[in-house]
Amino acid sequence: MGSTAVHCKMSRSHRKSTGPKSVGAGILAAAFLCLLACRAAGAEVEITGSWAARNHEFLTGDGVPVDFTGIPLNEEGRIRALSYSESQLAMVERQCQGWPAFYMVQGPFGLKIWSETDPLKGNVISYIIGAWEDKAPLTIWMDGRSHPSEYAEHTRSGFTTGTWEGDTLVAYTTHMKAGFLRKTGAPSSDEATMTTRYYRHGDILTVLAIIEDPIYLAEPWITSRSFQLSTTPLPSVGPPCVTAYEGNSGTTAPHYLPEKNPFVDEMTTKYGVPRDAAIGKPETLYPEYKKKIPPDAPGR
Amino acid sequence: MRLFFIAALIMLLFAAQPRAAGQDSGKTPDATATAKASAPMDLTGYWVAIVTKDWRFRMVTPRKGDYRAVPMTEQARKIADAWDPAGDQASGNQCKAYGGAAVMRLAARFHITWQDDNTLRVDSDAGMQTRLFHFNAPPHTPPSPLGERTWQGYSTAQWQMPASLQVATTNLRSGYLRKNGVPYSENAAVTEYFDIAPLPGGGQVLLVTTIVDDPQYLQQQFIVSSEFKKEADGSKWDPQPCTAK
Repeated sequence: MGSTAVHCKMSRSHRKSTGPKSVGAGILAAAFLCLLACRAAGAEVEITGSWAARNHEFLTGDGVPVDFTGIPLNEEGRIRALSYSESQLAMVERQCQGWPAFYMVQGPFGLKIWSETDPLKGNVISYIIGAWEDKAPLTIWMDGRSHPSEYAEHTRSGFTTGTWEGDTLVAYTTHMKAGFLRKTGAPSSDEATMTTRYYRHGDILTVLAIIEDPIYLAEPWITSRSFQLSTTPLPSVGPPCVTAYEGNSGTTAPHYLPEKNPFVDEMTTKYGVPRDAAIGKPETLYPEYKKKIPPDAPGR
Repeated sequence: MRLFFIAALIMLLFAAQPRAAGQDSGKTPDATATAKASAPMDLTGYWVAIVTKDWRFRMVTPRKGDYRAVPMTEQARKIADAWDPAGDQASGNQCKAYGGAAVMRLAARFHITWQDDNTLRVDSDAGMQTRLFHFNAPPHTPPSPLGERTWQGYSTAQWQMPASLQVATTNLRSGYLRKNGVPYSENAAVTEYFDIAPLPGGGQVLLVTTIVDDPQYLQQQFIVSSEFKKEADGSKWDPQPCTAK
């Protein structure tokens, strides 16, 4: 759309310096340029608005302490995940680590999306996905800026740039703080990145997220979540995560030693999920793993 | 001045065109070309489900009563509470969890081919189901008179430009959204969108968004999305019959 405005502005600026015929030709040419630009821009879709959560998939996975099902953790990631104790959330420095940018496709909330536009050209400079309780807003920069230096500050939301590929918004996030892939303690490092693709089909918005983490993942974690357009406006702000003393003075870091996590078999006893799946072994994400589940296993 | 008005008219005409509204955006497919010839993307090949969500509902049979996250009606809950896998198996209804409203949620491989120039065929190895996507009919308008209801129903398909596929399915036999008896009725209507994305380092991901409308058993539309990776060949294709357990 921005190019439309530029072309139209150009046609106006040339008017005074030319004769009537060439003025007319210029206007027509500008109209066609605008027309082409409109058509190209038409490949984009409107993604701003309130998108209500439809939590028909159980994504948060926070009902059982050791539920890393569906996350392809590598060995280091698994050791870290199994050492996690929820009591860590009493530590001031760890109270907000549960809400990184991944939470958009893992949490229970909807999306409030709006855009900031260039006041002169009218083009979108950024899309902003609003905050929720404890989770910071996420800005998707659309103005072609580069990602910052690898030494730049990392934040919970990270730094995100976006482009349109046809009618799909593609965003790439870096510079996130270390946190969780899932609130059960499946870890993410500060080297993790996330590519998100926003597909709009009528009143449905599906966000596909491909999360890469060279430290804790054996392969990219591919997940998605759908939202439905809402006529009820969602809030664009929420109370931020504010740390406070919650019983841990910082002298201890609650954790479990390797092989000592008391909840490691809870998914098995409650839901019949084999231990290898509960602790996020990559091979358990694929159909052939079903053959490795003993026929007499619970849930088989 | 006249030229100015002509130019303005051209711009107004284009401004009035529907766009930026999801499926109405961009160009439209060539009506004279076959679906195969006008395909904006290549869905053919072998695709394997990546079970990164709802693992406990998809890789193992969930326990009776574990219906978390499904917006069931009270009637649906009563039916699910009476789930009898042995009875389903004995009565020849072991494919109820492999029907058109749930088949893409299976932990399975899918083989997509062109059956003919206007029919896309999707086979699953789990349950050995076959879906046919007919491109020569508007959405949710199966041919009249309706044929016998089947597990996979009748699916119409349309390319959505610039690169997506919409599939609408009706005429289903009643089945299960989840293997532990969460029901959908024979009046359920299923709408799906197929999108392809590149995978970092090479490869492709297929994203299928599934929307199930069933006022009888669902309090609201049931919306899920499933991910698949493309495989080089069918070497891992493993046809297995339906099982009720």
